[in-house]
Amino acid sequence: MEKLVIAGKEFGSRLFLGSGKFSSNQIMEEAIKASGTEMVTLAMKRIELDDKEDDMLKHIAHPNIQLLPNTSGVRDADEAVFAAQMAREAFGTNWLKLEIHPDPRYLLPDSVETLKATEKLVKLGFVVLPYCQADPVLCRQLEEAGAATVMPLAAPIGTNKGLETKEFIRIIIEQAGVPVVVDAGIGAPSHAAEAMEMGASACLVNTAISVAGNPVEMAKAFKMAVEAGRMAYESGLGAVATNNMVASASSPLTAFLNE
Amino acid sequence: MKITVNNKETEFDGTSVSDLAAQLQLPEKGVAVAVNNEMIPRSEWQATPLAENASVVIIKAACGG
Repeated sequence: MEKLVIAGKEFGSRLFLGSGKFSSNQIMEEAIKASGTEMVTLAMKRIELDDKEDDMLKHIAHPNIQLLPNTSGVRDADEAVFAAQMAREAFGTNWLKLEIHPDPRYLLPDSVETLKATEKLVKLGFVVLPYCQADPVLCRQLEEAGAATVMPLAAPIGTNKGLETKEFIRIIIEQAGVPVVVDAGIGAPSHAAEAMEMGASACLVNTAISVAGNPVEMAKAFKMAVEAGRMAYESGLGAVATNNMVASASSPLTAFLNE
Repeated sequence: MKITVNNKETEFDGTSVSDLAAQLQLPEKGVAVAVNNEMIPRSEWQATPLAENASVVIIKAACGG
């Protein structure tokens, strides 16, 4: 399998994991291990003054894992820049999952603010991975603004609906000069495999793993699906028959029983 | 004097961000501090004064996708 390269850094795994909604930090840590991921997202929150809770950071910090802090909770580009600066200071990385979704009902990204924030953050030296609409025009603009990847959504966050935006993701992949990471809405390993077969560079999965009956086994299943999908893509899939095409034999048609 | 830390009124008897970090026993890593909406790098905590009614935000890691 070809290595994935983002902003000059190589990744052996093409599965990125979100750290949200696991039932415990312990299960999250085991799922991260089982997934083989080398990129894990995290969010930020305000500390409590009498804080005694288990620090989640120590469960994901590992030499092989690139931390990818997100900007969840911000409503516009200016807030995103502030959040990015806080994240860089707190976690010691300039990598950033930019996400600006002011509407809490559908959590859909605000394209205008996302593009503005990408321009600003790239100038400030951040490696910006923007969560975005599956909009091929926007994705080109994000790339021109210096985004390290584009991360179009398959379906709204946490819905597990799969590749609802498939035809647009296909165009994005065809046009992109940066890695395309399918983010949000991937609900089953088959969805991830399909995205990878289409030529996506990676998949970012959270809810489908963290709320599974057995998150650790599900993490493994996603690992295998992403690898299988990528392998199929690199191997070159056979052509799909058009509607009016008749069957094409895969065995010799000599009637040996009748001769 | 009184300042606010994460929107909570807090009695503070030091002068700098470093003093506040000591008072709150902030960890060595994994936190970031902003004063009046400006992020203050750890290297500048010592030299950054906190005035009466300063608004301080302190964040740390949380689970999220």
